[in-house]
Amino acid sequence: MTDFMNGYPMLYYLFLAIFPLLFVIPFALMAVYAERKVSAYMQNRIGPNRTGPLGLLQTTADILKLLQKEDMRPGHSDRFLTSASPIVVFLGSYLIYAALPFNSILTGATLDLGLLFLLSVSGIVVIGILVAGWSSDNKYSLLGALRSAAQIISYEIPSVMVVMILFVITQSLSLTEISEKQTANIFNWYILGGPDLTWKKFIFIPIMIISAVILFISTLAEVNRTPFDLPEAESELVAGFHTEFSGIKFALFFLAEYANMFAVSALIATVFFGGYQSPFGYLGDALNLSWLVPAEQFFWFTIKALGLVFVQMWLRWTLPRLRIDQLMSLCWKYLIPIALFLFVLVTFITMI
Amino acid sequence: MADTEFIKSVTDRFTLLLGEEKASQIVITESPFETFLTVPAELISVVMTELYDNPALGFDSLVLLTGNDEDDAVKTKNDDGSETLTGGNLSVVYHLESLPNRKKIIIKTIVPKANPEVPSVTPLWVSADWQEREAYDMYGIIFTGHPNLIRILMPYDWEFGFPLRKDYQNPEFYQGIKVPY
Amino acid sequence: MIKEFVSEEMVINMGPQHPSTHGVLRLEVKLDGEIVKEVIPHIGYLHRCFEKHTEALTYPQIVPYVDRMDYLAAMYNEFGFALAVERMAGIEVPPRVEYMRVILGELQRIASHLVAVGTYGLDVGAFTPFLFCFRDREKILSLFELVSGARLLYNYIWPGGLSKEIHPDFVRLTKEFLVYFKPKLTELNRLLTGNKIFIDRTANLGVLDIEKAINYGVTGPNLRASGYKWDLRRDDPYSIYDKFDFEIPVGDGAMGTTGDCWDRYYIRVREMEESIKIIEQAIDNIPDGDVKSAIPKRIKVPAGQLYTRVENPRGELGYFIISKGANNPFRVKVRPPSFIHLMLLDELCRGNLVADIVAILGSIDIVLGEVDR
Repeated sequence: MTDFMNGYPMLYYLFLAIFPLLFVIPFALMAVYAERKVSAYMQNRIGPNRTGPLGLLQTTADILKLLQKEDMRPGHSDRFLTSASPIVVFLGSYLIYAALPFNSILTGATLDLGLLFLLSVSGIVVIGILVAGWSSDNKYSLLGALRSAAQIISYEIPSVMVVMILFVITQSLSLTEISEKQTANIFNWYILGGPDLTWKKFIFIPIMIISAVILFISTLAEVNRTPFDLPEAESELVAGFHTEFSGIKFALFFLAEYANMFAVSALIATVFFGGYQSPFGYLGDALNLSWLVPAEQFFWFTIKALGLVFVQMWLRWTLPRLRIDQLMSLCWKYLIPIALFLFVLVTFITMI
Repeated sequence: MADTEFIKSVTDRFTLLLGEEKASQIVITESPFETFLTVPAELISVVMTELYDNPALGFDSLVLLTGNDEDDAVKTKNDDGSETLTGGNLSVVYHLESLPNRKKIIIKTIVPKANPEVPSVTPLWVSADWQEREAYDMYGIIFTGHPNLIRILMPYDWEFGFPLRKDYQNPEFYQGIKVPY
Repeated sequence: MIKEFVSEEMVINMGPQHPSTHGVLRLEVKLDGEIVKEVIPHIGYLHRCFEKHTEALTYPQIVPYVDRMDYLAAMYNEFGFALAVERMAGIEVPPRVEYMRVILGELQRIASHLVAVGTYGLDVGAFTPFLFCFRDREKILSLFELVSGARLLYNYIWPGGLSKEIHPDFVRLTKEFLVYFKPKLTELNRLLTGNKIFIDRTANLGVLDIEKAINYGVTGPNLRASGYKWDLRRDDPYSIYDKFDFEIPVGDGAMGTTGDCWDRYYIRVREMEESIKIIEQAIDNIPDGDVKSAIPKRIKVPAGQLYTRVENPRGELGYFIISKGANNPFRVKVRPPSFIHLMLLDELCRGNLVADIVAILGSIDIVLGEVDR
């Protein structure tokens, strides 16, 4: 791989740029299928089972249907902005993949400020959603977009605070470096206090668990999933900001949502659950097959992220939706103060 | 039907309240199943306020407000065989109930089709609001003092009369569409 | 200067095609930001001229029309109408029919409440309870299909009796259903009733006190949720309800204020339990007999007027029949509970958020087929 990197740098970068897409599209297809099956089993239904074996091709068929639909747009909407907004939304979620360390070598950009980059580019989604809601000339869309903007911006604060806690502990903002620190075994994961084997580790364990929950809740809100799916609250705002979108634009929103789900899950998996590290050593190391290690890492990374994606689905099909004021009070009255307190606590502990 | 005594006591109360002359217009009408009070339209607001306000009566619930066509119009045959109805009366039936006293009373008022004005009871019972609108919608009974007397079930622009009246004729066209299409 | 900061009023149209208006209801909502200033319901989209039709139909012919009013409680509508006609025509109904009517009526109440509770979950964003409820409702509909041949609009309870003899498997299958259904209520309570988010969304919201409720003509579960013990099965007994032992649950504000949305929701869950009790008492005691023996060849109602009311799953369903002694009624006026309840919406919604409109609308549980008739 390193030879390939040095020999054909352009080809390597091209591969790095395209790889997330090759990953995201099949992932989204399978995630939609999985979501349907998960919800079906939770609700005593069967779910899709006609298109292809076990209904596996159902989402593919749906996407094909969406792609060949007429590209419609409300009469008074802004032509340029309605077309641009799905792209901006997808761009925001796709940019996150640039910094995600799938394994020790497959990282788009090994940024020193990877964590910050990740959180800041996910903010681009807000612009896309606001523009989508405003430009489609629909009051429901506008309400959805405003809710979404308020929600995403508010929930960035607790997630950034949790990232700051991690920064204090890890002394690094690079995702690859954070992943590397959690190597060897499950006890080195930051959810279990990190690799630092002193008395501090045991104080960090509860702090880290609470931080992980805060980060999970706030990322859930950032990707607009139930119980925080107010921007697209079906029973209130019809479909929220994407009410007026159909065909390929709608498909892009859909793709972005699932891409985002995976991205935030991957973020949590990276910072708390060891990233691409195996919970116990590597088979490749034991067998002395160095090429096997990255493959194993990729496997672990996806498994962890998918596990969190499953939790997101599970929550979606279990919980009702919050109201906008409750959503805000959860963020400002509970998550931010707790995160702030933990941040101060962690700072003191590390200074000792 | 069982509560003739109670209805009698109610009318006695009105005799005290309104005086013999006016109270004599309030008639106890016995129909085979239900006994009701027939009250002239101009006394409705007084009677209803008394029934609502007096704690001894305490009719706190308006169960049902019904508009009705009395079907007593004079029929005249036209040359082409159709009938024209002239005159006739409309009526409004109020079913009142007192939940604390477990009493029911039925009030009926009859108004001529030419001038179908009945005082609204919406200020007393909010539940009369839409029911009066419905009675207006179907029979054209005008409830004076109603805050928002517009059509409710029929389209707001329905201009072909009041469909449950006996003299109602289906329009030939509505919004350019032939009605019995 | 201050005037400039008053934000512009925004009018949004909820419906007639909106996912959570429970039918074709159009709400003209005036908003200040997300705060509701006024809700104006526009109804009539489903107006099928029931009262006009009845003028031209004989009494047995009206029964199918009655089904189509409250299509979620069609059996109970028939029950009420049959009762009204029987009282006027002086028809004595065999006890077997009475028992069957009560059993079917209470099954219908469970089915209707399941829809109310399930869609309420959907309104506040929980999808799974909705399908749980519909799964159980399907089983009740299958029982109805067994006796009447139809799943939604039955035309089964006729003035004087029932249209078909009871299916031999009905009693066994109903008992099996009751055994199956009881644990499902616990499951529902664990999934939705006690959910923290659900309670946050519904408690202390849309509070309706007793005086206001009575003045608005509210009846049925909504009135009981406000804490007033009023149930026509007890307070104005009809059929054979006086033979059964059941409780009338009233709202007590367990999660907030008495008469809030949560109370209105939970009262329905508890009524399902009471309905199970009634069915359990009735199902073993169905007397023998002929369900069609009392059905007259031709129903002629003596001249007069009578208001008959029954406790529909949604509230007081009344039929005001005026007869002139002919084969067909002179006038059948229906007192639809949903129509009366819908008047509450503006009062309850003012000052709340947009998201609360659906929560309040869901909690008062209307059926548009009945509102518009």
